[in-house]
Amino acid sequence: APLTLVLILSVTIRAVLFRSSLAELISERVEVVSPLNAWKRVVEGLALLDLGVSPYSGDVFHETPLVIYLFHFVVDYAEIVFMIVDGITAVALYLAVQNYNKNVFRKQKYALEADRYPHDCLELMRSPKEMHYIPLKVAMFYLLNPFTILSCVAKSTCGLNNAVMALFILSTLKGSALLSAIFLALATYQSIYPLTLFAPGLLFLLQRLYIPVNPCRSRFWFFTVQYSVMFVGSLLVIVCLSFFLLGSWDFIPSVYGFILSVPDLTPNIGLFWYFFAEMFEHFRFFFICVFQINVFFYTIPLSVKLKEHPVFLIFMQIAIISIFKSYPTVGDIALYMAFLPVWSHLYRFLRNIFLVSCVLLACTALFPVLWHLWIYAGSANSNFYYAITLLFNVGQILLVSDYFYAYLRREHHLSQGLYLRRKDGSEATLVLK
Amino acid sequence: SEVPRKIIAPKMAALSRKWDPLFVLVLGSLIFSCKGDVLKTSNDRTESISATKIEESSPQAADLGDLRQSDEAESNEDRKAFTPPPPNDQFQEEMVIRPLYSGDIYASFQFRTQWDTDFLHDGKKVSHYRLFPKSLGQVLSKFSVRELHISFTQGYWRTMQWGQPFIPSPPGAELWVWFHHTVTDVDGNWKELTNVLSGIFCASLNFIDSTNTVEPSASFKPLGLGNATDHRFLRYATLPREIVCTENLTPWKKLLPCGSKAGLAVLMKSEKLFHSSFHSQAVHIRPVCKDWQCTSTAWELRQTLNVVFDLYTSGQGKKEWSLFKMFSRTLTEACPLASSSKIYVDVTDNPGGELFDLSPSSPLISTAVVLGDRRTYSVYDLTKKETFGQLRSLNLLLRWKGESDDMLRPPLHAERYVSGFGLQKGEIHTCLYNSHPYRAYPVLLLDSLPWYLRLYVHTLTVTSKTRENKPSYIHYQPSKDRLRPHLLEMLVQLPPHSVTEVTVQFERALLKWTEYTPDPNHGFYIGSSVISALVPSIVAMDTNSTQDRPLFSSFFPTKEESSYFMRVYTEPLLVNLPTPDFSMPYNVICLTCTVVAVGYGSFYNLLTRTFQVDEPSAPLAKRLANIIRRLRGVPLL
Repeated sequence: APLTLVLILSVTIRAVLFRSSLAELISERVEVVSPLNAWKRVVEGLALLDLGVSPYSGDVFHETPLVIYLFHFVVDYAEIVFMIVDGITAVALYLAVQNYNKNVFRKQKYALEADRYPHDCLELMRSPKEMHYIPLKVAMFYLLNPFTILSCVAKSTCGLNNAVMALFILSTLKGSALLSAIFLALATYQSIYPLTLFAPGLLFLLQRLYIPVNPCRSRFWFFTVQYSVMFVGSLLVIVCLSFFLLGSWDFIPSVYGFILSVPDLTPNIGLFWYFFAEMFEHFRFFFICVFQINVFFYTIPLSVKLKEHPVFLIFMQIAIISIFKSYPTVGDIALYMAFLPVWSHLYRFLRNIFLVSCVLLACTALFPVLWHLWIYAGSANSNFYYAITLLFNVGQILLVSDYFYAYLRREHHLSQGLYLRRKDGSEATLVLK
Repeated sequence: SEVPRKIIAPKMAALSRKWDPLFVLVLGSLIFSCKGDVLKTSNDRTESISATKIEESSPQAADLGDLRQSDEAESNEDRKAFTPPPPNDQFQEEMVIRPLYSGDIYASFQFRTQWDTDFLHDGKKVSHYRLFPKSLGQVLSKFSVRELHISFTQGYWRTMQWGQPFIPSPPGAELWVWFHHTVTDVDGNWKELTNVLSGIFCASLNFIDSTNTVEPSASFKPLGLGNATDHRFLRYATLPREIVCTENLTPWKKLLPCGSKAGLAVLMKSEKLFHSSFHSQAVHIRPVCKDWQCTSTAWELRQTLNVVFDLYTSGQGKKEWSLFKMFSRTLTEACPLASSSKIYVDVTDNPGGELFDLSPSSPLISTAVVLGDRRTYSVYDLTKKETFGQLRSLNLLLRWKGESDDMLRPPLHAERYVSGFGLQKGEIHTCLYNSHPYRAYPVLLLDSLPWYLRLYVHTLTVTSKTRENKPSYIHYQPSKDRLRPHLLEMLVQLPPHSVTEVTVQFERALLKWTEYTPDPNHGFYIGSSVISALVPSIVAMDTNSTQDRPLFSSFFPTKEESSYFMRVYTEPLLVNLPTPDFSMPYNVICLTCTVVAVGYGSFYNLLTRTFQVDEPSAPLAKRLANIIRRLRGVPLL
């Protein structure tokens, strides 16, 4: 019932904003829409289809063929579609987190029964009472997050990607390998980067089937191959389906080439636009490679480090994608921020959450101000806006690494005890070495 | 008039030593081909001025004869020695002066060289040139050009003040070329051609590349022979920022057979031509019919120069114009190589001489239907001696007497502007005015916009009389970043006496810092839209019977005059784009890399290290003390 209330509330807010004059303003904010997912470009693609021109023959439309065919039929109900999609995302996250919490609680119970935790860690244990509201908080964090609302009101197709990712998380946590692979393939098809979620998905499913991650065991390899085949197979099916819908492979360079080579330097909240606007032509290719590899780079070390905690790994991956992807929008941020309530028990280990949240809030407020000063008033220049995107990204990086730190630290305490002592018996401080 | 053509040679030789080699060649070739046949008549030379259907009141045929008679005495022995072959090229020059209602004056020069040869014939190399400039002929045959139109314009033609120009052109440089259908690599040819033309005309045509070249599907049809419809062989490009100046005029003048030494071209002094409100020079090359039955084709090179002298800057505010005042030269002779050389002065609005005085007056009057309107011209034939009077120099003088009435609005004109503020987006408005009182007609609108204005074609609206007016044909080619411009062509029906407004929204792109011009905050020039239309002519709509015309001629509008082709160019646009800070590349690279490194560093830190209890090592003093104590054998601290 509280979930229904939250849904109704969020739909009301969105409907009001859709009807207000703000909707048009929001839909043109560069923070909310990127060249990849702007609604204006979807409409343009549809108009081009109507004119008999391939939407991929120009450089305005970069959605995947499935999206254009989806909106070909529902373009008149786009607002409702986007609200429903947001609702689906929230419900999927709600169910997924509920499921995850049950697992966590069960594990904790077994561990307690097996007396595996040190005795002073009782205060780190999680009670069913505090865990009860977490799924609801997650749904609220997603639905009532201003970032999500803005993104939905702008009709950014980022909401669709988020929904696919949320469904992937749900199906993974429910243990359905096939659905998980299909949704992962869909998410990858939409924007390449979710490819990195393959590792946490696989790890979670392995863990659920009690298969140890051990390269010597044939069961491990059997399942890995099975999952990869399902993933690659569904990806192929989707890509071929798009080929048959459109009758040409034009969409591959126009969508994936566009994501990877970053030709459109429209300002956004990411790191790419100003960097490549100011880049020396000679080094451009090198730095594009470096920046794109950066997104995929953390997957393997993170999976090694967090192989026991695939859900946290999913969170980390989504956050890294939304920070380092080539055309980030606030909608991407909203997805990983929805997970923050899940880690509310890490709060006591966070080092600079106050500072980081202040930075993020201040930057969010400053984005429109400095944009106005640069683009409309002409009294500031591009450096001002760029400085804010830098700060915003530093804030996000600090936030994510802080959660990572806190998570690792809690795990350390769970195995070593909460109140550690030095050899001489004085109170110890933990350091990373 | 059975006179050898060559007899003008002595005169030419006297004209300038520069022409000597040419005449050695000409004479040489004549001797070879001379078989005693004589030039039959010069009467059968077709006199077709395609834009203006001149009904001459004096026979054209006498032109050459008159000139020859004047030289007869000195060339008598020449005639005995040689008889020439039929010349297969001819040159005509003319100048039209039109007083404009604003008090300004419009002078238009046309030089036409026609040559019965085939540049595109396989295996046949054209190597002997007489009147036709060799530089252009070689370009035509090397790049298999069917038709070439190039114009350089400084200033914008103000249709509402000046009426219609004889040959319209957009501000800046415009080039459009039809290639022969045997060309396989059209883009390669186009690229080379623009570079060669850039050299010939000393212009920045080499800046034409794939980002400003389009293939219009309907707006630019071949003007010459050949019904080419496959627009794959057409290339169109404009450089709206191109500045036209003396260095473009000099090579242009060199293409004329007489250069600027004789004929009308002596008037082209750059210090006067560029001290004007509008200056446009153009070269048009096309295949045309040789005779009226069109049994064989010839190549026509038409060089035009249009200039509008401003009432206040050139005329010092006095409505008094003379050749000397306009060009600081007077005319003394025609180009000896020209088969006809004439000056036309538009006297349509001055039938009884009540509006202005024209002196010396000319007995020759010609009427023609020009741009859908019946105009009357005074004609001065420069090949006739009496034109120059006793001073042996012609200085036409126009002196206004009364105020002129309002000009008849041109049936079609257009204007364009960018609306919106800020550097994020904008809207292009194109207003098309149909001033015809009762006829609706369709126009073709062509817009070629650079890729950095991201056009949203779904925002395209066409409204006339506050109602939506859906274009019946839209050809849209979206842009590719850094590769291809937008091309938007549409056929819009303009209701009578209306304004049709075409709007389309665009977004301004942020470019790489090296892609901006050296003065990025000046803005980027966007080329003119081109509006091509078959406009119902004024003659056909002429319902007021103020003019004396035979009754039998005015009941049914005649079909051939009922509409005429018209091309209108809008203003070029100046659009500002957001700019990055050009002094920042190092800073930006360093700062962004720092942020990435912060991310990398913090993750690396957490990934590779493990938590350990911090065991502080003893301070240095304590450690030293302990070493000493150990040496002394005392218990450690």
